[in-house]
Amino acid sequence: MNKVVANASEACEGIESGMTIMLGGFGLCGIPENSISELVKKEIKDLTCISNNAGVDDFGLGLLLQGKQIKKMISSYVGENDEFERQMLSGELDVELTPQGTLAEKCRAAQAGIPAFYTPAGYGTEVAEGKETREFNGKMYVMEKAFEADFAIVKAWKGDHAGNLIFKGTARNFNPNMCGAGKITIAEVEELVPLGELDPNEIHIPGIFVQRIFKGTNYEKRIEQRTTRPRS
Amino acid sequence: MLTKNQIAQRIAKELEDGWYVNLGIGIPTLVANYIPEGIEVEFQSENGILGMGPFPYEGEEDADLINAGKQTITAMPGAAYFDSAMSFAMIRGQHVQLTVLGAMEVSENGDIANWKIPGKMVKGMGGAMDLVASADNIIVAMMHTNKRGDSKILKECSLPLTGVNCVKKIVTNLCVMEVLPQGGLKLLERAPGVSVEEIKAATEAQLIVEGDIPEMKF
Repeated sequence: MNKVVANASEACEGIESGMTIMLGGFGLCGIPENSISELVKKEIKDLTCISNNAGVDDFGLGLLLQGKQIKKMISSYVGENDEFERQMLSGELDVELTPQGTLAEKCRAAQAGIPAFYTPAGYGTEVAEGKETREFNGKMYVMEKAFEADFAIVKAWKGDHAGNLIFKGTARNFNPNMCGAGKITIAEVEELVPLGELDPNEIHIPGIFVQRIFKGTNYEKRIEQRTTRPRS
Repeated sequence: MLTKNQIAQRIAKELEDGWYVNLGIGIPTLVANYIPEGIEVEFQSENGILGMGPFPYEGEEDADLINAGKQTITAMPGAAYFDSAMSFAMIRGQHVQLTVLGAMEVSENGDIANWKIPGKMVKGMGGAMDLVASADNIIVAMMHTNKRGDSKILKECSLPLTGVNCVKKIVTNLCVMEVLPQGGLKLLERAPGVSVEEIKAATEAQLIVEGDIPEMKF
């Protein structure tokens, strides 16, 4: 099966204003840089974006925020982004903060065809307000629903023509959980190889969860907090 | 009074051999610098690594290898990477033995607030709500009072909660306190040179003082 498309522009075909899009990455680590640039270029608006973070002012999803292309963000942590904070406090941007594990599981549930699940996270806090709660074995849990998204966009290290994916280091994060969690999944990869090149034992995400794959270019892979130790 | 590093150093004495440990951002991160000799622990970072090592040498930073604070890190021999759903399976499934978190406020029944100041600051809860809802053993590392000198150890939290009845121990710049199962904070140790009276004065919550309170030893 061949899922390969030429570039980000072809991969993002069909993404329109008003859609819900999930994007992989943690901070700026493992974000689909090429696809985000394409969404900026497409000038589509009123997007609902599901992503653990919102980028920084001038990179990642921050670029979509600058262009006021995002109507609503669903994230777990949104610090380190002044423009985000400004739009949120002024009410221009709708923000739904979700515990990180719940965010991951809402992706995984969508991927796995599970409509909802119970988690202890957020019980007794404003996150649980208006949600069904239930006791299991003497402990209280909150019901959370699977995400519904039009597109899932992920970044992997290596992929093959069938859409099989391998991730690198902690750039894996939410990317595998989002594959197959949207109606269409786009994967951008650093290395795109022909069938048979990837060892089936080492594939993290089987191609069945991916509809379009392309080789990204010019990865900047910006580091948010460069921390080092001295050589002694 | 303890410095932030000394708070971390005191918390490190709670570590036990064979534990998997999750350290939050800020003072908790410093705990990794003070692992007692002769014990082996493995650090989990919720963005997807078990077996987190120290910061890399300059020039060896890898953009694809960071911790939950988005800092560049290294991986120890035997480390493993995994996705976010699996990371929180470790956390919710109680496979992590100790969680150390920072806090803006803690209450006398072990409630914690650390993600939002309404109208002023909203950074989000990240993984904190999952961690506090599931972990058996939660230690909070924090300063005892704010910059104005008001207590952050309260009868009830005034800020939006991160979790309820979950904190087991609190280590501040002034003392170590245990949250009793029925509520109330039992004073266990004083920071060097800090009197019980000073701790009482800086604590709004109910503080239970029984007998002589020893000074911390380093």
